[in-house]
Amino acid sequence: MDKFTTFTGVAAPFPLINVDTDMIIPKQFLKTIKRSGLGVNLFDEMRYDDDGNEIEDFVLNRAQYRNAQILVAGENFGCGSSREHAPWAIKDFGIICVIAPSFADIFYNNCFKNGILPIALPQEEVDELMKEAEKGSNARITVDLEEQSITTSEGEAVRFELDAFKKHCLLEGLDDISLTMKKEDSIDAFERRAKAERPWM
Amino acid sequence: MSPKTLYDKIWEKHVAHEADDGTCLLYIDRHLVHEVTSPQAFEGLRMARRKVRAPEKTIAVPDHNVPTTPDRINGIDNEESRIQVEALDRNARDFGIHYYPVNDVRQGIVHIVGPEQGWTLPGMTVVCGDSHTATHGAFGALAHGIGTSEVEHVLATQTLIQKKSRNMKVEITGRLGPGVTAKDITLSVIGKTGTAGGTGYVIEYCGEAIRELSMEGRMTVCNMAIEGGARAGLVAPDEKTFEYVKGRPHAPKGAQWEAAIEWWKTLSSDEDAQWDKVVTIKGEDMAPVVTWGTSPEDVLPITASVPSPEEFDGGKSEAVMRSLEYMGLRPGMSLRDVEIDTVFIGSCTNGRIEDLRAAAKILKGRKKKAGLRAMVVPGSGLVRAQAEDEGIADVFKDAGFEWRLAGCSMCLAMNPDQLSPGERCAATSNRNFEGRQGRGGRTHLMSPAMAAAAAVTGRLTDVRDMI
Ligand code: SF4
Repeated sequence: MDKFTTFTGVAAPFPLINVDTDMIIPKQFLKTIKRSGLGVNLFDEMRYDDDGNEIEDFVLNRAQYRNAQILVAGENFGCGSSREHAPWAIKDFGIICVIAPSFADIFYNNCFKNGILPIALPQEEVDELMKEAEKGSNARITVDLEEQSITTSEGEAVRFELDAFKKHCLLEGLDDISLTMKKEDSIDAFERRAKAERPWM
Repeated sequence: MSPKTLYDKIWEKHVAHEADDGTCLLYIDRHLVHEVTSPQAFEGLRMARRKVRAPEKTIAVPDHNVPTTPDRINGIDNEESRIQVEALDRNARDFGIHYYPVNDVRQGIVHIVGPEQGWTLPGMTVVCGDSHTATHGAFGALAHGIGTSEVEHVLATQTLIQKKSRNMKVEITGRLGPGVTAKDITLSVIGKTGTAGGTGYVIEYCGEAIRELSMEGRMTVCNMAIEGGARAGLVAPDEKTFEYVKGRPHAPKGAQWEAAIEWWKTLSSDEDAQWDKVVTIKGEDMAPVVTWGTSPEDVLPITASVPSPEEFDGGKSEAVMRSLEYMGLRPGMSLRDVEIDTVFIGSCTNGRIEDLRAAAKILKGRKKKAGLRAMVVPGSGLVRAQAEDEGIADVFKDAGFEWRLAGCSMCLAMNPDQLSPGERCAATSNRNFEGRQGRGGRTHLMSPAMAAAAAVTGRLTDVRDMI
C-alpha cells in the first residue's frame, strides 16, 4: 500500500446524511473479481442518467470537482453493506480523504486498508469545511496526517483524532497481514490453549 | 472479579495478542465466505503465496448472485455472475475449505446455512465478508461483518485486528401482542435508536420478549443490529439455543457436547454488569410496523400516516424530503392506503422456516391480489424442502406466489430478481435504500405475516385485521 503523505487538494461538498454503500457503488458493479476500475461507477445512480450520460449538476461531474481528492459529507457516511468495493471506488476515483461527522463502522475500517483517511469531526467543524468546499477548486484544503490537522486555504486549522495504530499503518503504508504474521507465535499458542479448553470448536 | 457482560466474556476468550494501545488480535472460530466479497481476497493470497490458515474453520457458499429459478441447474446465464460463482468453486477447491455449491440441497444464504449446519455455536467468534453476519449473534456468538481486506486477513491468519467496542443493552420487556413479531422488534428498535444509534457498540438484546422468541426470531432480531449501526448483536444462549443446535451436522457430540453445554451455560451477562448505553422498550406497546422511507430508521406502526419533512430536524429533514420523493409518497396519507405492486418473502432476515410458516398462516385459503407479483425465496435448500414437507409450499402456490430456489434474490437484486423503476415492494428483507432492490424500486420493509397480508389486499395492511 502507498504511504499516506500530507497533501493539498480540492474538497467536494456532499452534504447528504446516511450515504449508504449502495449509493457509493450500486450492486451491479460488485460482480467484478478485481479491485480496480470502479472509479467511473462511483455514485453511479446519482452521477449518470438512465442512458449513461452524466447528470450535469451532480457534484463530481462539475468541472471544479472532477479532480477532488477530499469528500466532505454528512453523518453516518458509508452505512449499509460491508462491501469494500465502496472504498475501492472512492480511491479509484482519486478521493483519498473523507470528512464527516460520523462513519459507519465497517466502512471506516475498510478505508484504512485502502489508503483512504476517514476523518470524523464535530458537526460544526464539518459545516465550516462544507462551506469551504462549496467555494470550488480555489479553496484547497491541506490534510496533514502526521500532525492530525486540516488547514483551509484561509489558513484556518482544525485537529482531528485518530487511533495511533491506524495512523501508523497509513503513514507507513503497512500491510496488516505481514504485521500479524509476525505475531504467529501468539496465534499458535492461542490455538493450542483453545483446543485444550474447547476442543469442539 | 469485576462483573462482565456476555460480550466481555466472549471477547476475553478470543484475544490471541494484545498490544499496549489495546489493539488486539481476535481469534476467529468460524469464517463464512460468499462469492461477492471474496474473489479479491483469494487473489491476494495467491499473489503473496499464502495458504488458508484454518481451512477446517472456513465455510463457503454462493448466494448473492445465484438465480432462484429452477433452470439454474443448467448454469448461470449472466456472465459476470457465473464468473464470480465459478471463482468461488475454484477457490474453495484450491484452498480446501468446506463448500456448498449451487446445486447442493444444503446451499442457501450464508447466514442461514451456517446455523442450519451447526457451524455457528454459542461463545464463538464468527465473521463473514457480509454485514448481516450479525445474524449469528442469536446464538450468543460474537459475529460481525468485515471487508474484503479483512477476509484476506482472516484467511491468512485466522485472526482479526480489533479494538473492543462498548456495551449496549437493548431490553424488550413484557410480551408481544398478536401479529407482532421479531421483525417488528428489530425495526422498532432501529426506529427508536436510529441507524447510527449503535455505532461503536455491541448490542445485547434481552428481556422477556426476546427470551420468548424462537431461535429463528432471535436471528431476525440480531440480523438487523447492523442497520442500527452496531458492530454486532447478541442474545445469551439458553435451553432453546441448545435445543436448536443439538444434533446438527457440525455440532459437538457425546462428551464434547456435555463439555460444551457446561461452558455455554456460563455465557450470560452478570447481574451487575456495567452498560455504556441502555435502551428499554415495552414489548406490549409494540405494533406491527413498516418502513416508509429509504433508511431502515424510517419506521412507523402500520396504523400511522406518512410523516412530513417538517417533523424532522437538520439534515434529516432534507433526507426525508428526498426519500418521500423517491418513494412517491405524500405526507399525511395513511400508510394503509399505500398500494403495492410486488411482494418479496425471503432473505437472511426472514427466509427461515418459521417465517414461511407465519406468512403461510395468513395466506391459507386466500389468494394474492390479481396482477400483483409475489415470490417466496426460501433461505436454503433445506428450508425449502421442509416447507414442501409441511405443505407450506402448496399454500404459497395456491395463493399465487412463485416458489423459488434458495438465494439472496430480490433482497439486493444482484441476480435477475429485480424491481423496475417505480415498482413498489412489500419486502421481508432488511434494507430499503434507494435502488437496493433494483434501480428506482421502492421498498417497504415488514414482517413475513405483514407481507403476506399486503399480498392479499394489494396495499400495506395491518395483519391484525386478518388473524
Ligand atoms: S439475503 Fe440480503 S442481506 Fe442477507 S446476505 Fe443476502 S444480500 Fe445480504
